[in-house]
Amino acid sequence: MAIRQVSVFVENRKGALADPLRVLSEAGIGLRALSIADTSDFGILRIITDDNTKAAFVLSEHGYVCSVTDVVAACADDKPGGLADLLTTLSEQGVDVEYVYAFVAKTGNHAWVVMRVNDNTEAERILRESNITLVSEADIAAV
Amino acid sequence: MSKQYYQKEIETMPYEQMRALQSERLCRQVRHVWDNVPYYRSLMEEKGLTPDDIRGVEDLHKLPFLKKDDLRDQYPYGLLAKPLSDCVRIQSTSGTTGRRVVAFYTQNDVDLWEDCCARAITAVGGTREDVCQVAYGYGLFTGGPGLNGGSHKVGCLTLPMSSGNTDRQIQFMMDLGATILCCTPSYAAYIGETLKEKGYKPEDNKLKAGIFGAEPWTEEMRRDIEKSLGIKAYDIYGLTETSGPGVAFECEDQSGMHINEDHFLAEIIDPDTGEVLPEGEKGELVFTALTKEAFPLLRYRTRDICVLTRGKCACGRTLIKMTKPMGRSDDMMIIRGVNVFPSQIEAVLLSEGYSPNYQIVLDRVNNTDTFDVNVEMTPDRFCDTVKGTQEAEKKLVNAMLNMLGIRPNVHLVAPKSIARSEGKAVRVIDKRKLH
Repeated sequence: MAIRQVSVFVENRKGALADPLRVLSEAGIGLRALSIADTSDFGILRIITDDNTKAAFVLSEHGYVCSVTDVVAACADDKPGGLADLLTTLSEQGVDVEYVYAFVAKTGNHAWVVMRVNDNTEAERILRESNITLVSEADIAAV
Repeated sequence: MSKQYYQKEIETMPYEQMRALQSERLCRQVRHVWDNVPYYRSLMEEKGLTPDDIRGVEDLHKLPFLKKDDLRDQYPYGLLAKPLSDCVRIQSTSGTTGRRVVAFYTQNDVDLWEDCCARAITAVGGTREDVCQVAYGYGLFTGGPGLNGGSHKVGCLTLPMSSGNTDRQIQFMMDLGATILCCTPSYAAYIGETLKEKGYKPEDNKLKAGIFGAEPWTEEMRRDIEKSLGIKAYDIYGLTETSGPGVAFECEDQSGMHINEDHFLAEIIDPDTGEVLPEGEKGELVFTALTKEAFPLLRYRTRDICVLTRGKCACGRTLIKMTKPMGRSDDMMIIRGVNVFPSQIEAVLLSEGYSPNYQIVLDRVNNTDTFDVNVEMTPDRFCDTVKGTQEAEKKLVNAMLNMLGIRPNVHLVAPKSIARSEGKAVRVIDKRKLH
């Protein structure tokens, strides 16, 4: 159920973010979710697209350093405390969350949350047992 | 190991016989310089010397040194020992500071230089059956013309590519089945990288050997190039002041470079005192050109630090061997009082799995040296978490600290963002203006 996320190394300079996104758009790849982590020197652009395999391939072909990581995506209720509840459930059962980002789904009253955790299988089991809906790569691509 | 020589008698000559040949040539050369180069004559006179005082190699140490500054001061004709009408060629250094060095050649000088390069090509297994791709720059730079001439003498099919236009290099290499590649090591690494990008495997090319010189490179880089091109990589040494590449060359034993000492008499000196050091000691390499007619430099200080050893080589050659230069006194950086050679940084990068394409930027802020190294990110060291990527960066910084004794600021930059060299690489940008 884990979904693939493409991470891209970007330099901390003007245009460094737009360039890889342009490469994706020119290849006809649509963005579904995006987050950026940055330091004073460099940034890590994390994206989920409607075709992650192709996205990683196209970016590598254009000389970008990128990696594909498995992450977990789940539905959180789109109401105050929705995300906090979800994260508490995980942390209470010993799953470490490295980073998280969320976006509001176009349909229904929920947000989709992408999580990089130390144990995908365990995180998924806990979420299922807590009646939290997991989101598949196909769900995201279909948006 | 195939034992083939271009000029067997010289290359395998017993030491006593070689020394006698050197002595004879030295005496004649000193007389030639005395008669034709007033500048050097005056240096000899200052020491109270005449050509009669030089009766053989044992008297070499009496002669005055020539330095790069002498060449700059005497630009362009001050060290010329033949009428210009006897000269057929010039070559020049890429020197950007001060006036460049211009060296002159008679036809005989060109012939002997090409013989030296032919010895180098033969020593790596080159024969008339080979296709030799010369991707050193042609023109004023000695690399292209030297290896080109040597390749002709061996009888290889010569591809006079010059440097640059890598797509075309690769196309000719593949279509015409080049078996020997001659270029700078950084360009060889770049060609290897580009081949890989184009989807070629090392076994897809027909190359068997490469002759790489004109800039410092490490054993790590040698292994890298050998792997990426599927070849054996050999070093070659030379400098414009003495002729060009081919002053010394590696044989298949890859255990140091044989000096063509019938033409270039080598000494190692203490760079501070000028005193001649015994064989096996590390010091500055000094050359005396024994056969050059137009531009015969006597006791020219190369600024290259190395060790000379004479002993039986597995290849059968008796020519004295020099180690790869361990640094040049002029590419050595002094950063916060610590001596740093760019080749050390390169060694760390390769051992830590990064590209050897790097750039050192030195500056001085508030009377303190800043030391920044830009390093290209590679897929092997990239991680989707900031922590993971920073840990890789920290590990690299620590490895450099261990090697150098001082801590650089490492900046990870995008792949291929540091200008690739198609000639000599600019590895150091020193903004400190120390001189």
